[in-house]
Amino acid sequence: MSDQSKIIALIQQISKKSDVPDVQVSLFDSGWLDSFALTDLVSALEEEFAISIPDSDLSPRKFDSIVRIEQYISSRR
Amino acid sequence: MAFLRAFGHHLPNRVVDNEEMARIAGCEAEWIVNVSGIEQRRFADPAESVADLAFQAGRVCLDSAQLPPSAIGMIMVASGTSERRFPGPACAVARALGLENIPAIDVPVASAGGLFAIGMANQLAAQFGNVLVIGSEKMSSVVLQNPGDKNTSILFGDGAGACLVSPESGPMEVADVVLCSDGAFAEDLRLEFGESVTMNGRSVIMQASRKIPRAISEVLERNAVAPEDVICFLMHQANQNLIMKVAAALHVPGDRFYSNIARYGNTSSASMLIAASEWFGQHGDIVPGPVCFAAFGAGFHWGALLAIPSNPGGANG
Repeated sequence: MSDQSKIIALIQQISKKSDVPDVQVSLFDSGWLDSFALTDLVSALEEEFAISIPDSDLSPRKFDSIVRIEQYISSRR
Repeated sequence: MAFLRAFGHHLPNRVVDNEEMARIAGCEAEWIVNVSGIEQRRFADPAESVADLAFQAGRVCLDSAQLPPSAIGMIMVASGTSERRFPGPACAVARALGLENIPAIDVPVASAGGLFAIGMANQLAAQFGNVLVIGSEKMSSVVLQNPGDKNTSILFGDGAGACLVSPESGPMEVADVVLCSDGAFAEDLRLEFGESVTMNGRSVIMQASRKIPRAISEVLERNAVAPEDVICFLMHQANQNLIMKVAAALHVPGDRFYSNIARYGNTSSASMLIAASEWFGQHGDIVPGPVCFAAFGAGFHWGALLAIPSNPGGANG
């Protein structure tokens, strides 16, 4: 499974939606995630990709879309 | 370590419910309660000052402690809504209590101010004697600057809470304190003079959701106290959803966290102290187990404090 597929699966799990979000669209503005769900997503990303996301990286901009999340995950490897 | 001898609080009489707040902010009343858990808040009279609210809470606290103002060795007043740059409200509170020649200092730390002030008073009480810690906010003066900013204006209310920190005795003894600050996020939650609150809500929630449970876990682990053994968590009342998030992160039931945010909204530095005053008012001087305080706010500043019963077997210190 690709990183993008894993990220989409996590977003679907946390948002409890089965649709597939547009990879470019803002997950906040499109209603997929709110601030609290984003916190859950960050924890899920840490577990799924076996990375540690420091507090200093917890900027909503970095996790605003699937593309941005994918870029961030790549940068942490 | 010092003792938490008594608490007190004061809330303005005027209740602003969500119907009225929705008209002020230009939003739906139902939306307010859904995003925050807040059903109403109190607004002070325009003529009332931060110091006026603080004095009332301090007086109630002293009555609860059955001590005269002359027993106070120091006053600390936390507030983010002081009306002027200097002097802050602490001197006015000291004067209103008839006190001269004791240090009266301001702690301009907003939401975590009450916690930080108790944390410092815990050390200073040994030198100065009883320290009257007060958190007092007139958030309405800020909210009404730009009520149309519904993401912030709906959240806040006015009020004051107080705690008497004693070097000698009290129902609870401070066991340990964790206080932290990180200026990297200073722009994400701020209040400039003459303006309304600027808040990056997503950043605040993301950071608070991690930092509060971490601070609580640290202070508990250092003292070999399990989260499930804490009989009550008295947390800054910022958002009911955040309180539930922190409870879930610690794997404790949500009802272990005292909550009054539905009634008062977010009263910033006062909120944790008002919650403590209400909770201790319900339980009297016999506290059957550890109590954990926690707060998070602009700065970012955050932390946690563990208090344990002075004498769990019976009469209290």
